[in-house]
This record gives sequence, C-alpha cells and structure tokens, in this order.
Amino acid sequence: MTMTNPTPGNPAPAAKPIVPPKPQGRLKAALDSDIFYSWRRSPVTIVATVVALALILMAILAPWIAPHNPFDPASLNLMDGFTPPMTENQFTGNSYALGTDNQGRDMLSSIMYGSRISLFVGAMATAFAITLGVSLGLVAGYNGGMIDGIIMRIADIQLSFPGILIALLIFGIARGVIPANQQESMAIWVLIIAIGLSNWAQFARTVRGATMVERQKDYVSAARIMGVHPFLILLRHVLPNVLGPVLVIGTIGLALAIIEEATLSFLGVGVPPTQPSLGTLIRIGQQFLFSGEWWILLFPALTLILLALSVNLLGDWLRDALNPKLR
Amino acid sequence: MTQPVLSVRNLTVEFPTRRGILTAVQDITFDIMPGEVLGVVGESGAGKSMTGAAIIGLIDPPGRIAKGEIWLGDQRIDNLAPDRMRKIRGRRIGMIFQDPLTSLNPLYRISRQLIETIRTHLPLSQADARKRAIKLLDDVGIPDAARRIDDYPHQFSGGMRQRVVIALALCADPEVVIADEPTTALDVSVQAQIIDVMKEICAERGAAIMLVTHDMGVIAETADRVAVMYAGRLAEIGPVASVIKNAKHPYSQGLMGAIPKLGENLDRLVHIPGSMPRLNAIPQGCAFNPRCPQVFDKCRTHRPAASEIEPGRRAACWLYPEVTEA
Amino acid sequence: MSDTLLDVRHLSRRFDVSAPWLNRKLEGLDKTYVNAVKDVSFTVAKGQTFALVGESGSGKSTIARLIVGLLEPTEGEIVFDGTSLARGLKGAEARRLRRRFQMIFQDPLASLNPRWRVTDIIAEPLRVFERSMNDRARHLRVGELLTLVGLSPEDGLKFPHQFSGGQRQRIAIARALAANPEFIVCDEPTSALDVSVQAQILNLMKDLQDEFGLTYVFISHNLQVVRHMATEIGVLYLGRLAEVGEAEALFATPQHPYTRMLLDAVPDIEMTGRRRKKVEGEIPSPIDPPPGCPFHPRCPFANARCRSEVPGLTRRGPQAAACHAVEEGRI
Repeated sequence: MTMTNPTPGNPAPAAKPIVPPKPQGRLKAALDSDIFYSWRRSPVTIVATVVALALILMAILAPWIAPHNPFDPASLNLMDGFTPPMTENQFTGNSYALGTDNQGRDMLSSIMYGSRISLFVGAMATAFAITLGVSLGLVAGYNGGMIDGIIMRIADIQLSFPGILIALLIFGIARGVIPANQQESMAIWVLIIAIGLSNWAQFARTVRGATMVERQKDYVSAARIMGVHPFLILLRHVLPNVLGPVLVIGTIGLALAIIEEATLSFLGVGVPPTQPSLGTLIRIGQQFLFSGEWWILLFPALTLILLALSVNLLGDWLRDALNPKLR
Repeated sequence: MTQPVLSVRNLTVEFPTRRGILTAVQDITFDIMPGEVLGVVGESGAGKSMTGAAIIGLIDPPGRIAKGEIWLGDQRIDNLAPDRMRKIRGRRIGMIFQDPLTSLNPLYRISRQLIETIRTHLPLSQADARKRAIKLLDDVGIPDAARRIDDYPHQFSGGMRQRVVIALALCADPEVVIADEPTTALDVSVQAQIIDVMKEICAERGAAIMLVTHDMGVIAETADRVAVMYAGRLAEIGPVASVIKNAKHPYSQGLMGAIPKLGENLDRLVHIPGSMPRLNAIPQGCAFNPRCPQVFDKCRTHRPAASEIEPGRRAACWLYPEVTEA
Repeated sequence: MSDTLLDVRHLSRRFDVSAPWLNRKLEGLDKTYVNAVKDVSFTVAKGQTFALVGESGSGKSTIARLIVGLLEPTEGEIVFDGTSLARGLKGAEARRLRRRFQMIFQDPLASLNPRWRVTDIIAEPLRVFERSMNDRARHLRVGELLTLVGLSPEDGLKFPHQFSGGQRQRIAIARALAANPEFIVCDEPTSALDVSVQAQILNLMKDLQDEFGLTYVFISHNLQVVRHMATEIGVLYLGRLAEVGEAEALFATPQHPYTRMLLDAVPDIEMTGRRRKKVEGEIPSPIDPPPGCPFHPRCPFANARCRSEVPGLTRRGPQAAACHAVEEGRI
C-alpha cells in the first residue's frame, strides 16, 4: 500500500478544505446571501419593504418634516376646519394636501404624528411581548416538568381568548389602580403593557418548542458536562438558535400590535386624545363620514392598512426565506 | 454474449443553482447483466444514490439528467414521460430504500400495500394477488405469513419491516432491483439476515441488483462486481474480489486500507488525507488529485476516463497507460 | 495492571416511559419503566481504552451519559479516581473533577453550536476552567489546539457548517482537549463519518492518547472499529453486560454466545470466504425483556435455567461472561 502513513504523535494535516472564495466584508456577504437573493426575487416583498420603510421614516421624522404641528394650539385656526384635500379654504385661502379635520388640523401632519405614536406603541408592546414570551418559553422548554406545565397552561388559557379582550381587561384593571391625576401620563405605558401581555403566549409557545429541540442537541450536552450554569447555557447556546422563528412572529406580531392599538384607541380606551394615534384619528374621522368629510377618515385608515399590510408581508416573506423546507 | 438488463451510458446529472451548475454525477457508464449483483460504493456525496435515483427517474428537481442514456433491456428509459416511467417502476425495476418506514404507509395494513402493488402491475384477481403476497412474505422469511399479512407496518420489527419492503419490491418480478443502503439502518446481527434474503430471492427470480451502499463489508459479501465512485465520477469498476484485494485506483486502494479489519491488529489505519471535495469545488483534472499520493502533472490538468485496463476492469487513473482522456 | 481511573459499580438506570398521567388514570394503566442499564460494573485503568459494544437498545449510550453526569443513576455509583461522582457534587470540587473528563459525540454537527465561531467553541472549556487565562493566551491556545487536530489556526474564524464531517469531529476533539482532561468518553465518534475519514479520526485519537496519556471509554456498535481501538471490551445486551475482558482474548476466544454471534455477523471484508452465520431473531424490546438471561430466546444453548435465572458475570481467565452454559461448561 502506498498511502500516506504519518508517524504517531504527528497527525497529518488535513488537506486545505476547498471552499468557494467568499466575498470579503459584511456588506458584500450580505448582498451575496440566500436571504437577499430571495428578497430580490420577490417583487411584492420589495414593494412592501419600500412602503414600510417610507412609513416608518415618515413617522420617525415627523417633528422635522411635517408641514404643521397638530399639537400646537397656537398654530391652529378653527376657520381652517373641514378643508377638503387639495382645495383652498373658503375663509382663509389655505390649502392642505390631505385636507383638515374639524379643528383645522392638517391631516397629513396628524397622520405623520399619529403613525409615530402607533408605531411606538406597537414596537414597544411587541418588544415587551418578545422579552416576556422568549424568557418564559426558554425556561419552560429547558426545564420541562412542573414549571413547563404551569407556564404553558397559562399560555393556553390566554390563547383561548381574543388578544383584544385581554388587553381591555388589563386596561380596565390599570384604570382602577392608577390614581386619576397620573392616568393621562401613564396611559401610553399601560397600553404598551396591555398589548404586550396579550401577545406573549405565541412567542412562549414557539420558543418552548424550539428550546426542547435544541436542548437535546449535543452542543448543549457538551456545555452541561463542563458544568456551565443553566442560565448561561440558555443565554449563550440556546437563545441564538431559537431566535429565527421569533424574528418571523415578531414581525407579524408588530403588525398585529399596531392594529390592536388602533382598535383600542378607536374604542376610546387607548392613547389620550392629546396624543392621537392612527386609531384615534379614525375614531374622530368616522364621526364625519356621513356628513361628507370623507378625508378625515379615509387617509388615516389607508395609512393604517398600508402599514399593517406591508409589515405583515415582510413577515410572511421572512418566514418563507428562513424556512429551509420551502427553499 | 447476453444483453445487459440495465445499461447506463455516459450518465450526467446536473443541479442548476443560482451560483452555477453543480454536477452530481458525471459521465458514468456501466452495465448490469441479468441476475448479477453490482455494488456501488462511495462516500457520502459521491453520487451513488443520485445514480440510483436517475435510473428510477426520481431525481429531485431542479436536478436533471443532462447527458447520457439509460437502457432497460431494449427500452430507453431516461427520456420517458413521468406516467410511463411510473409503470416501469415497480413492474420492471424494484426499489428498496434505507429506511423501511419511508417505503411503507403506516396507515395501511401491509396486505393492502402488497396487493395493490401486485394488482397495479399484474392482471390478477384480489384473491390471487393475496395468495401471491403471502407467498412472497413467506419467501422473504416472515414466519406465519398468512396471519401477519394483515398487520400494520409498526407491528413488525426493523428487520422484518425491511423484509416486507423486499417483498414489496419483488411483487411484480422486476428485472432489476435498485437497493439504496438496504441494511444501513439495521443492527449488525440483522444485517446478515437481510443480505442473505435479498441475495437468495433475487437469485431465484433471476433479478439483477444494483446495491448502493457505503459499507464495503456488505459489498464484499453480496456483490459480483463493484463500482467505486468518487466526487460524482466512476473511479473504478471490476469483479468484487479483484477490486477488494487488488485495487487499481489510488482512491479505492486508500478506501480499502482505511477499513479496520477483524483479522489484523494494526497500530494505525491507512488513511487518505483531506476529504472529498464539495460539488461546487471539484478540482480540475482528476477529482482525486489533491488527495492522491501518486499525483503527477497530468492529473492536475486532464480528466481521465474510466477505461479498460484489464479484461473486465475499468479505472479512471493516469497511472495506467491504457487510460484515455474524458 | 495500572491504576484504576474509573470504577463503575452496579450501575442501573431506569426510565419512566409511562403514558401521561390523565391517560393512565382513564385507561387504568400502570406506570411503565425501561431498565436501560441494569447492574453494570466495570473498571477502566489509566491510559487504557475501554470499549462498550452493543446493538440498539443495549444501553451503551446511556452508560456514557451516566458517566459524564448528563444522567443520574437510579442505583449504583461511579467512582472517578477515588471520588464518587454520585449526586450532589458542588462548587470548586465539582469543577476540579469536571475539568478532568470530557466527551466526544456521535454527530459532530449537532455537538457544535451552529451560531458560534470555531474559536469560541474550542475556547469554551478554557473560559469555564481557566478563568485566569487572558484573551491573548486563550487565542494562542486555540490556535495550538487547531494545529494539534490537523486544522489551521485561521480555521477558527469560520463557522461549523463551513467544514466537512471529519473536520467538524476534529473541532469537537480540539474542544474536548482544550482544558487538558485525562479521561474522554467517546460516544460512537466515527459512526456518522465515511470510512476514509473514520480512519483519519481513529488515527488522530490514538495519536492523542499516546501523546497525552488519555484514558478512553469508547462506545461503538462497530466491532472492527472496537478491535482497532480497545484494550478492554464490555459487550452489552439489553442493558446488561454479557461479557467483559481483555480485547485480544475476547476476540480470540469469545465465551458468551452473544459475543460469538456478533463476531460471526461481522462482514467478511477480507474476502476469506468465511460466511456470515445466520443469526435467528432480533433484539427484544427493552420495555418487556425476556425473563432469565435476556439473550435466551436467540441462544442455541438455552435451557430451562437460562429461561428463569439471570446469570451473573463469572470470571474465567482474562475475561468474564454472564452465561449459565459457559459456567456449567456446556459450551
């Protein structure tokens, strides 16, 4: 036999692995990735990304780019009220791209500021739901047994009620507990917690399932043999490997949280009227729908639909792109 | 000279991806004679299972046969329409896969699966088909076949399940059976039983076997001839005893030396450095050249074709003067 | 014989495989248990390779997991270098003991965290056991380990999926060696690998054993591999030791009928013309093992005593077998 037979104690170096040359740099690598490839191949996703980004930018930059400040009573002129879009007001001669509402507030500016609040509440509530759901899911999936049973039964009960009902309940309790003079300032945080608490269960379920799979894998066993603390195993080993699905539900959850906030605000239990969100604007608008001032309802509603739809489509695409079975 | 039952000519299977075309099987040629057992060995990714899948017309898309022909007797089958190919699968080509559970529907009694398969391919009445099924189960060594035929797959042990799959593959007396790792999922003590059953029952019926496996031991015991594959290409093909005892291609030599043997107690095993290249990085010239201990300049630039170096033996290696360029 | 490093005494492990509580109550079922490991005792001497051989359901992987503490024994104890690893190892003493043993797993992809760079994977034991080590020293040590297992230090920047199966197993070996252990449990370390790569890994493991004086417990179903690696062998059948003894003797003169059967079932790769002997039957389910000797339904030498009485290990020369027929001199 003529094969290499290296001497003991001096293992033969393995031949250099033949791997295709990778493009250098993070940006290049990202542009070359399968995810970006699937993004480029889906026109719907590209449109959704552009729309979502435009709306988010518009919301974030509202204080700087909005033509008016709808919250500054000094700049409001009641005479401007009910100006239709793209027409001159018969008293003041002012013209507004999307018209004005009953108090003469510029609709475009209201929508920009309203989206800001809607997005803020939606994002914070989702972040809260993710933090809570992921932590509980990790603990339940890793420990199993009683802890798992208790956490998951609570999640089951919660999932059997509509989220909006839970949020209303929490909101009601908060109303009773918080002193009246602080209710105005606390309202937005109560809303965030209420929406967050009504959405954590699906994160917990997904993460628990993924954790139970990862826990069985031998890289976790290896860490356990070394005596790594379970908390560190969860944080450093398991968590990074269960975040993929969380990203997907998180994106879809953001769209749901925005709609939930709008629903609550529409019902009048959401943000205070001094900080109108998209839902508040829709509530105000529907009062004038039958008197002919359609724009006060239509534009905020359209913005809400576009925002929720584009974020949802992004979530759908992400789910497909990250799912190896569908590739 | 008898005509081969299965003839594969210059078979090339490609997978188009967005980064270019991957060649999973390249330019493979071999024949299987009636009643013969051809072993196909290679490491994972060598293209051995893909060759089997190409023959039965079950390559996962986007993979496709890019070149070459496959002949079953007088009929060319690589370009058949899917529904005509479906009639050939099961009737003229039987299939045995690694995991018996993927071949058997867990929701149906095995009687139903056997009888349906028999009646799809042969003009038999329900009662005759059932008789034939019981006979088959009996032949593959299932005790009390007449009663057990009405059991569900999960009621059988792993080895018995694989026997049922063999019976299923032989339902319609196929001319050739493609067996892809038929014993890999089984315990050693059961492996020997299954190999014996497969060999005996095919010999009785004159069915040829293409036995795809990574286990050289199974090949040594079962096959008449063996084809060694490397990186989608045929490295060497010849009678099993001569390939095992006197391998010609440096890759097969290394492969044989790497297997620990019961009869000898070496301090170190012979090993081939490095690992098989990925499909997207097959080197120029001979695919084995970066790992070959006898490599020379020509190997790095010119690809050798599997050429006849002795009667009945072909190898793709420039060490032999008879070898031509592909 | 050199010093005993590992002493496994009457080890048993039972798993609860009962149906869920509600189903049990409604259907009137009792709790069901599987005795995955039953009364297994053996010792491993320093610098030796003790192989545990068995087919599916033999309990070999359970024993591996019991030794490294991934599972708790139901009965019996495991003594490592004079210290019992039984329940309740805590704090500094636990860390001192843990750094002395490591494990290598069957599937090298699952045993490496896919989100970690190879450097971080190999450095993990260093972070746990060498807390005073600074980043630079750790970096150098990782490079040294990568070179030791036949990779290059630059490979540390890559992720596990960028390597082949054999290279991944090299990474797992480098991690196992990082904190200079003396004892490694190897659970089917090459059964997920191709033969030519298997040979590389087996050679590497032997080299490392010679270089660092390692002690291995080597779990495998492949007798040829065991033949190549082991100095002592324990043959397991349905959770019990059927035979245990020096490797050479066990291969030359197997005593237990199951060991003989296993050796006969090994494929004849050398083409000596030896036919595999046909073995009747299959391994029974461990949930409902046969009474008496667990092997009796497949054993050609079984008699009434084998069907009722569990045989104990009886030493005869360099090996010990748990078989009434051997004990009575019938075979």
